[in-house]
Amino acid sequence: MKIAKKLMALSLAAVMAGSCLTACGDSSKADGKGGDEKTLVIGGSGPLTGGAAQYGTAVKNAAQLAVDEINEAGGVDGVKFKLVFEDDEADKGDKAVNAYNALKDKGMQVMLGTVTTGSCLAVIDKTKQDNVFQLTPSASAQDVIKNDNAFQVCFTDPNQGKASADYIAQNNIAKKIAVIYDNSDAYSSGIYNTFKSEASEKGLDIVAEQSFTSDSKTDFSAQITAAKNANAELLFLPIYYQEASLILAQAKSAGYSPKFFGCDGLDGLLDVENFDKSLAEGVMLLTPFAADAADDATQKFVKAYKEKYNNETPNQFAADAYDGVKVIAKLVEKEKIKGNMSTSEICDKLKNAITDGFSYDGLTGQGMTWGKDGAVSKDPKAVVIKDGAYSALDK
Amino acid sequence: MKKKISPMTRKSFVTYGLLVLAFIAVEILLNTGNISSMMKGLLVPICVYSILAVSLNLTVGILGELSLGQAGFMCIGAYSSAIFSNMVKETITEPMIRFPLAILVGGIFAAIFGLLIGIPVLRLRGDYLAIVTLAFGEIIKNVFAALYIGYDSAGLHISLKSQGDLKLAADGKMVINGALGISGTPNDSTFEIAAVILLITVIIAYNFVNSRTGRAVMSIRDNRIAAESVGLNITKYKLITFGLTAFLAGIAGVLYSHNFYSLQASKFDYNMSILVLVFVVLGGIGSIRGSIIAASVLTLLPELLRSVNKYRMLMYAIVLIVMMICTSNATIRGFFVRNAQKFISLFKKNKAQPEAVKEGE
Repeated sequence: MKIAKKLMALSLAAVMAGSCLTACGDSSKADGKGGDEKTLVIGGSGPLTGGAAQYGTAVKNAAQLAVDEINEAGGVDGVKFKLVFEDDEADKGDKAVNAYNALKDKGMQVMLGTVTTGSCLAVIDKTKQDNVFQLTPSASAQDVIKNDNAFQVCFTDPNQGKASADYIAQNNIAKKIAVIYDNSDAYSSGIYNTFKSEASEKGLDIVAEQSFTSDSKTDFSAQITAAKNANAELLFLPIYYQEASLILAQAKSAGYSPKFFGCDGLDGLLDVENFDKSLAEGVMLLTPFAADAADDATQKFVKAYKEKYNNETPNQFAADAYDGVKVIAKLVEKEKIKGNMSTSEICDKLKNAITDGFSYDGLTGQGMTWGKDGAVSKDPKAVVIKDGAYSALDK
Repeated sequence: MKKKISPMTRKSFVTYGLLVLAFIAVEILLNTGNISSMMKGLLVPICVYSILAVSLNLTVGILGELSLGQAGFMCIGAYSSAIFSNMVKETITEPMIRFPLAILVGGIFAAIFGLLIGIPVLRLRGDYLAIVTLAFGEIIKNVFAALYIGYDSAGLHISLKSQGDLKLAADGKMVINGALGISGTPNDSTFEIAAVILLITVIIAYNFVNSRTGRAVMSIRDNRIAAESVGLNITKYKLITFGLTAFLAGIAGVLYSHNFYSLQASKFDYNMSILVLVFVVLGGIGSIRGSIIAASVLTLLPELLRSVNKYRMLMYAIVLIVMMICTSNATIRGFFVRNAQKFISLFKKNKAQPEAVKEGE
């Protein structure tokens, strides 16, 4: 047994040493000095395995689509983009940092990531230390952009909470509101916190605050009963669509039919398997992207995405990632960035360029601009689900 | 040699030697710059997981009780020390003073909780103990995930509901921000410190096993009734082991939290506890050296498999299963041993095998 162990240890050690050496081969690029003049390496990080894999995959696919489009058009001033994408398993600690380090070893010069908030919080100080320009498509917490090198394509959670409360108050949708949120999740509790403070300012009455955790997200009967007993006219759901689909079904069987209002996490609700779409009728949500919107840019993107990836409908994460790559491309063009510049030099140029009167019309918003704080400013779009599809909720 | 060295002492010194050698090798690689960023980033986590595995081995291997609450103790150590470091980072700016204090704070808090939980829980045995420790870990995680703590000129504010309920003054600062956790912890963990702590942990573990207390604990594992009949205080010895495990797990938590900028409670879920248990089982229950090897290999493996991309987790699982079968199935093990002996006999002339050391189970 001892010998078997020794042998195993020996062979594993050999494998490790071997992989160490192969990794060393790349390390010339890892020092941030930049490589080939004609190639700019964009590093993406997101969950490709595990429960959140669909977000990471959507971001990876859409980013690849955008990169291919740019390269087919001859690149940006001759500079071609190369996307490297690593799996961070939506981890909140060491694995997210491992993915980031792996990207560094692959010569990443600009970072598009990470996809989830938790992983992003774990790497923001690393990108700051290395001075890498970081544009996250979908990590939405406020803390994600606290460093000056990090920017967001999506809305910040507090903004979503505030915008939701404003929207409900302005349009007189309801006065008595119940909230069901995930208090173990940064995204959900982030929205809830600002929604609550903004709601009380706007004179909205929160009659029930119900929470659940990621360990108990299948049975919501207690929360629904509490909301029902408090006579709430509107149920605010700052959560992801999987749980929302259960809440809708369980509310119906409890004989409770308030108005439902959600944020961008509800995007994807109509694609849940075995979900009765009629339950979602009348659900309102704030989302920057709707795949069946009529404008040219969206339709072109959706068509290209479907062609490339097995007829899958792109979600909001995909749209954010596509915009992210295009924003980077525009900035690269503006600053005449070449692939042989150092990562730090690129970062300094890009972060000045993005805050300096830069504006971008993308899939997720018209006239997107960025402030020094890293947050994007664009108008939230409110949609309502009608006849199994999104339609604009204008007022 | 005149004086006979006991097999146990020899075994422990071989482990120390291997650790020191590995440390020197890594240091050489680090100083010559021949190491990728990914490997560099993995050094502290490897030490952290090794410490966790060694400390859990004391409960699982030496005491013979199944504990699934390792992540909970790690969480307590990580949070308490991160709070401490964040509170004092303006007053104590020297990391060499601040960090040892943080380690003590984390370890002691985890040990206190270990003892508090151990008093009622250690009356249970087997599956029941596993269930209760699992529940304990989950409780710790959820409490920290729902906890909001902030301080301002009026003092400390604590809430379990939301950030708004804290009613902080304008100059207030958040310490724990619910599910977002703690951010801004100074990055005091270095590989050198982590390696030294790992070495100390291993020394503690070997000496514990080899001490009067350790022998008493093992006798409880082997036959509780016999141990009780010779007058051993079962509860006391169980509590000592459980407390020591918690203390070391807490220290691993401190290293972990000070290695990253942000700390979120949801990281410390039951998957983490199971992972550590897997290290212990794969490395061989009761074998301290095995725990370290298993922890290092299994932490490195998913990262080294990045090249196979989306089949990574599949490969990881397969490797895990193969390793389990190879180390537990007698026929397959025999096959490996026979072949290994043939292989070694090729080198027999210039290499004498010191096989006097018997593998402890």
